[in-house]
Amino acid sequence: MKRIGSLILPLVLLISGCSSIEPWVKPYERAHLADPIMRFSRDPVSDSYLSHIYQVREGARGAEGGHGGGCGCN
Amino acid sequence: MHAEQKADMEVAVAAISHSVEYSSNSCRVPALALIKAAVVSLFLIASTAQSEVLPEDSADAMYHSYDGGGVTVDGPSYLVRKGDNKNFSVSANYYIDSISSASIDVVTQGSAYNEQRTQWSGSIDYLHADTTMTANYSYSNETDYQADTYGFSISQSMFGDLTSVSLGYSRGDDDISSNVDSDFGETADHQNYHVSLSQVLTKKLLLSVNYDAITDEGYLQNPYRNIRVLNDPNDPSAGYNFNTPEIYPETRTSNAISASFMYYLPYRAALKAGYRYYSDDWDIDAHTADVGYVHPLWGKWILELNYRYYTQTEASFYGDLFERPDQQNFMGRDKELSEFTDHTVGFALSYKVLENGWGYLDKASLNFKYNHIWFDYDNFTDVRGNPAVGQEPTYDFDADVIQIFGSVWY
Repeated sequence: MKRIGSLILPLVLLISGCSSIEPWVKPYERAHLADPIMRFSRDPVSDSYLSHIYQVREGARGAEGGHGGGCGCN
Repeated sequence: MHAEQKADMEVAVAAISHSVEYSSNSCRVPALALIKAAVVSLFLIASTAQSEVLPEDSADAMYHSYDGGGVTVDGPSYLVRKGDNKNFSVSANYYIDSISSASIDVVTQGSAYNEQRTQWSGSIDYLHADTTMTANYSYSNETDYQADTYGFSISQSMFGDLTSVSLGYSRGDDDISSNVDSDFGETADHQNYHVSLSQVLTKKLLLSVNYDAITDEGYLQNPYRNIRVLNDPNDPSAGYNFNTPEIYPETRTSNAISASFMYYLPYRAALKAGYRYYSDDWDIDAHTADVGYVHPLWGKWILELNYRYYTQTEASFYGDLFERPDQQNFMGRDKELSEFTDHTVGFALSYKVLENGWGYLDKASLNFKYNHIWFDYDNFTDVRGNPAVGQEPTYDFDADVIQIFGSVWY
C-alpha cells in the first residue's frame, strides 16, 4: 500500500497542478499543426485496409491506430 | 472517412476558440475535469485527434488489390458518412475481398480455390463538449468463417486541446466451419482493449501513442493446414508428409505499444516516423519501424513516400519440420508464426478536385496508392517440388498492393 501511496500522491499533485497549466503552444501558433499534411492518418479507410493486409500476413497485431475486422486468411 | 478532424480552417478555428476559453478559466477547472484527467492518467491513455470534432460528411469509393505469393485479393469498398452538423455522425461501409488463392500452403497441401469475403460495418459518433463517444459494429462473412465485432470508445480533449486521450473496447465472436467437412464447427472469441494519446509537443511536432491488449480464446488454428512430419524419425531420407493437422493453444494474449511523430519541416512538407513493439504469450516478439514524407506539389497534388520495416521471432510451437506427429502438445507450420522480416516501400498521390464546390458537393479528391512488400522467411522452407530433407530453400516472395479511390465531401 505504501508503494501505491507513493505513486498516487505525486499523481494527485501533478493533476491538481493542471489548474495552472496553460497551453504552451498558443492557438495562434497552430497553423502548421492544422495543415492537412500533418494528419497521422489522412485516409483512415485506406490505412485501415493496409493494417488488415499486415494483420493477415504478420504475427503482430494492434497499436496501428486503426482497426480491421474479419479473417480473410490464406 | 477522414474521421476526427474537420476541414483545416474549422479545426484551427475550433482550437482557437476553445483554447481561449480554457485559458481564461484555467484557475477554475471544474472538479469533474480533474477527475476525468486523473482517470485518464491512471490508465496511461492515448488518441488520434487534437480536438474533439465529429468526422466530416463524406463518401468514398475504393478499389483495392493485393497480388503476391500466389494469392490475389481484390474488390471494392464503399463508405458513406453523414452527420447532423451538431452532435451525431453515422457511417456505413460495404467491403468485398474476392480471393483467388494458390499460396504455397495451398500448393503443397491442397488445391487452388476462389472465394469471397464480404464485410458490412457501421458506426455512430456522439459529440458532447470535449468528449466523443463512438459505437461500432461489423459483420464479416465467408463460406467457412463468420465474424461479428462490436466496440465502444470514448475520446476526451484536454489541456487547451494540446492533449487528446481515448479508451476503447471491442469484442469479436467468430464461427468457424469447413468447406470439406460439414460436421466441423468451432468458435473463437476476441477482446481488444485500446488506449491512445495524442499530444501537441511543439508548434511543429505532434506525438501519437497507441496501446492495444488483445486476448483470443477458442479455435485459433486453420482447419485446412497440416504440419510437415518426417515419415521415419530415424531416417530423414525417407521423406516427409503433411498428414497431421496443426494443434494451437486455445488462448492467446498480446500487447502492442507504438509511438509516432509527425514533424512540419521548414518548408511546407511533413516528416513522420513511428515504432511499434509487440509481444505475446506464444513467444512472438516483433518490431515495426516506419518513416514517411508528405510533400504538396503544384497546389492540387500531395505526394507521400513511405518505408516500413517489420521483423518477428517465431512462436514457441512453430516448426518447419517435426520428427513425430506427437512431438509436442502444440504444433504449427503457419509461416506467419515463423521467424521472418518484411520491407515495404510505397508512394501515394492525391489530387484535389472541385475545390470551390459543385452543387451539393463541397470538395473532392482522387487518390492512388502503391506499396511493394518483400517477405523473407528465416525458417519456413519452400517444399514445392518435394525437395529432400536438408535441401529445402527458405521461402520468400513479394507482393503488390494497390488502392485507387475517390472521396467527396458534402
